[in-house]
Amino acid sequence: MGIRFILMVNKQGQTRLAQYYEWLTLEERRALEGEIVRKCLARNEQQCSFVEHRNYKIVYRRYASLFFLVGVDNDENELAILEFIHLLVETMDRHFGNVCELDIMFHLEKAHFMLEEMVMNGSVVETSKANILSPIQLMEKAS
Amino acid sequence: MSGPSLMDSLFQRSLEDIIKGLRQQLIGEQAFISKALDEIRKEIKSTDLSTKSTALLKLSYLSNLHFHDMSFAAFPALEVLSSPRFSHKKIAYHAISFSFHDSTPVLLLITNHLRKDLNSTNEFEVSLSLQCLSRIANVDLARDLTPEVFTLLSSNKLYVRKRAVAVVLRVFEKYPDSVRVCFKRLVENLENSDPQILSSVVGVFSELACKDPRSYLPLAPEFYKILVDSKSNWISIKVLKIFSKLAPLEPRLAKRVVEPVCDLLRNTGAKSLLFECIRTVVTSLSEYESAVRLAVGKVREFLMDDDPNLKYLGLQALRIVAEKHLWAVSENKEVVIKSLSDADPNIKIESLRLVMAMVSEHNVSEISRVLVNYALKSDPVFCNEILGSILSTCSRNLYEIIVDFDWYVSLLGEMSRIPHCQMGEEIENQLIDIGLRVKDVRPELVRVARYLLIDPALLGNSFLHSVLSAAAWASGEYVEFSRNPLELMEALLQPRTSLLPPSIRGIYIQSAFKVLVFCLHTCFVRGGSIVPSASLNNLPAGVSASASYESFDEFSVENGADVTVVHGQTRASAPITKESIVNLLNLVELALGPLLGSHDVEVQERARNLLGIVDLTKPEVLNSSVQEKDDSEGKGVETSQIIKLMHDAFSKELGPVSLSAQGKVSLPDGLVLKENLGDLEMICGDIEPPSSNSFSFGSPYEEKDGLSFSNLQIKEDSEQSNESTSLLAEHRKRHGLYYLPSGKSELISNDYPPANDPTLQCDINDNDDNLVKITAESLVPKRKPNHGKPRPVVVKLNEVDEKPVAMKQPESRDGSLSGAVRDVLFGREDIPPTSSQSNLSNKPSSKRKGKEKQHTDPHLESKENVIDDGNSSSRRKDRSHGKERRHRSPRKKNFEERKDTDQKEKEKSRRHHGRHKSRQRAEEPLKVTAQTPVIPDFLL
Repeated sequence: MGIRFILMVNKQGQTRLAQYYEWLTLEERRALEGEIVRKCLARNEQQCSFVEHRNYKIVYRRYASLFFLVGVDNDENELAILEFIHLLVETMDRHFGNVCELDIMFHLEKAHFMLEEMVMNGSVVETSKANILSPIQLMEKAS
Repeated sequence: MSGPSLMDSLFQRSLEDIIKGLRQQLIGEQAFISKALDEIRKEIKSTDLSTKSTALLKLSYLSNLHFHDMSFAAFPALEVLSSPRFSHKKIAYHAISFSFHDSTPVLLLITNHLRKDLNSTNEFEVSLSLQCLSRIANVDLARDLTPEVFTLLSSNKLYVRKRAVAVVLRVFEKYPDSVRVCFKRLVENLENSDPQILSSVVGVFSELACKDPRSYLPLAPEFYKILVDSKSNWISIKVLKIFSKLAPLEPRLAKRVVEPVCDLLRNTGAKSLLFECIRTVVTSLSEYESAVRLAVGKVREFLMDDDPNLKYLGLQALRIVAEKHLWAVSENKEVVIKSLSDADPNIKIESLRLVMAMVSEHNVSEISRVLVNYALKSDPVFCNEILGSILSTCSRNLYEIIVDFDWYVSLLGEMSRIPHCQMGEEIENQLIDIGLRVKDVRPELVRVARYLLIDPALLGNSFLHSVLSAAAWASGEYVEFSRNPLELMEALLQPRTSLLPPSIRGIYIQSAFKVLVFCLHTCFVRGGSIVPSASLNNLPAGVSASASYESFDEFSVENGADVTVVHGQTRASAPITKESIVNLLNLVELALGPLLGSHDVEVQERARNLLGIVDLTKPEVLNSSVQEKDDSEGKGVETSQIIKLMHDAFSKELGPVSLSAQGKVSLPDGLVLKENLGDLEMICGDIEPPSSNSFSFGSPYEEKDGLSFSNLQIKEDSEQSNESTSLLAEHRKRHGLYYLPSGKSELISNDYPPANDPTLQCDINDNDDNLVKITAESLVPKRKPNHGKPRPVVVKLNEVDEKPVAMKQPESRDGSLSGAVRDVLFGREDIPPTSSQSNLSNKPSSKRKGKEKQHTDPHLESKENVIDDGNSSSRRKDRSHGKERRHRSPRKKNFEERKDTDQKEKEKSRRHHGRHKSRQRAEEPLKVTAQTPVIPDFLL
């Protein structure tokens, strides 16, 4: 399946976006997010961006006050996932203009929509920023 | 039900209001959320779809980020889904993707909604419902919607088609029979030139190939083409993943692939692709020396990089290489060892694993020494990581790499003294295991055990308790190797043992029992005859006497060459005199008296046993020391017989017990095993299962008397033993009551020294260089001219060391999935899809048809029936593709031709092959049911 989940978490450890590509109960999610956030937020800039957790590999990257965490299968390419995170951030940057935590909080739906454009069933299906954003722009025009 | 008032919907709070409210935190988050949830519960019952959808939106927000259950909104979500407005649909699909799962009761009701939207002309609606299907599809949904997905696989809208491709993965997983319908179209998409489509179809195949690579070998030519032509790094990475799964299965394929992979390796600028190439080479193409060299060169660049990410990945890659090419590690050993002290714990662990990969028989002691020093200065987590990996590496395959067990046992003792050590249980198991398996190591084991037992400070560390229990057990079991059983007895009964948990205290007492029996036995049964007690009468027992043992040590060393005469027991028996026995008995009474009232049954019972034997022997000991032997002849014999009996019982040797030993015991008559004891569970619920240190008595091999101890090296590590004996001595000073009387006075210090005073700090600094040197030496395949001594025998049981037979796994869904894929890919397409069967039945030869039926796999047939029932529409479509399919398959099997750009040539040969194939089919109609498909010769 490749990507199992995508989380955006702020410095305080509050989840700002959570997208799962496999079914977990609310309790499992809560536990998983707690553990992962604790693990990743404790790490510093000099340490690598990969953490093994249970049967996942977590690839994470910090942008300003937001952590982007992606849980992947064990044989997924870590560096490619880092590139994916960067693409995601760039795309949001282009849409929101210097994206920040508040943009994601108040436009969670759009953030989800962008993710859905990029990832389908755990695999990346779109990597062009223009293509990702065009449906959203269409929708904004329509409403 | 009261309908919502106009006011409700007019003044409904939007999601934005909720978010703002949450940020302001006026009434506290929980209170605010529960208020909002109350509103939502009302609003969601509204008949107005926009009110309902807003409520649903708010609810999915709260569910997504604040973990609030939204299962109650399952039906309202479906209602919103039926709205004609796109914005409503979007909200509903989103909520459903989040909250529906296999056991959602209304899942069945969604099928038609999905079908309608899958057939919609609005590509965004199709996309939404595909997205949703990819998240919630179960068997029913996958089966019912297979035809729609099949249609979308060749949609002319790229936007839709690439999503349909991605969804296929989930559909296949849930409903393997859909492979028969969709697989051909999926494969067709492999030839699409559009990078978007290609990206998602390659993604699907890389996932499929992960589970069962063999089934996809026939597609290798297609993948090869993509690998060579691809411009997108993302696609290249996925194709490389596929090849790393396929290449090990087919050497000819590996040979073809190695060149393009190396090209990529040399030329790519993207680190992600570079790393994927490295990983492919080291995992799957490791036979190709030049490719591995190239990859290792790139790994080196990664290791040298400042970026911790690249460093980490480089170490990981190196670890994979190490399995087959150890030289790669030795070339980079400086970096690896430097990483042991990296700032990042993950990198440290990776480099630790690599260091452990370098361990061999020749360097194990040096590397362990250095690592233990690292452990001393590391943080607790990494310290235990180091200890754990030393333990597991050394014990691998029954201590395969250990030659010098004396060294290893003392290492175990040393490791347990490291301040952060939490590996107590593992050390415990290994100490006992080695004691049982390796006869020659027992004297050293007892020495190490004594060293641990004698230090009162260790008793305060709860992580060490299990090690101490092993030490206690070993010293009791092998007491005959002890140089000073009396001292051992003191250690076992020292007051601070009250800090131990009762189960371990029980072991202590039991060991004390064994030691006592041993002492009595030496004193009464053989003592008199061997050692004239008069000459040693004044010998003070305990620590202060150690000086006088020197002579005995020398004695035994001198006689070391004389193989059979010198037995461990002769040395031990020396200091035991009547007087010391009396003191010993008093000590036992004093120490164990209070335990008769212990709350723990185990402790109480064992204490009672021990005191029982004290009561039995004490009068006689006292008698015989006062009177002449002749007087108490009658009774004395009786007692000494009992002691002899006890001693014999204890000196029966314990051996390792096979895991399957119990199975060999025949079932006694009248024993009912099958009866249901379920109702006992209540009563026995909290009884612990037997722990690993409970051993059954039995002698799996005969005890050999007159065992040689010529190779026993008595290491008089005077400094260390003095240290810990002085601890005991100190304790004796304070609680003299509990100790045997000693002649000398000892120094007094204020308090116990810290439990684990690492005295080895000094040489830590030059560790790095040290380790580099050691590994460098060890990696040169030098033969040690002669080991100091031969490796002792390690007892192995026939079956104990094999893993218990693994349970046969029931055939999983994946099995049926790959089965289906194989059916489609290998020749079987002639029968399975219903289309061809109906074709067959049109043929006049009814005789053949009968034959055909007979030989058809019944399993296959039943599956066809399922398709027959469920998918009449797909069957129609399938039939129309039947013709094309038949032409395609032979083409695939011709790898060389794939590369040929000459279109005409290709066309010709295809026709030729097609003809050939159809002739074959006519001739051998039965072959199609062959169980093992032959891998087509696509590489020749």
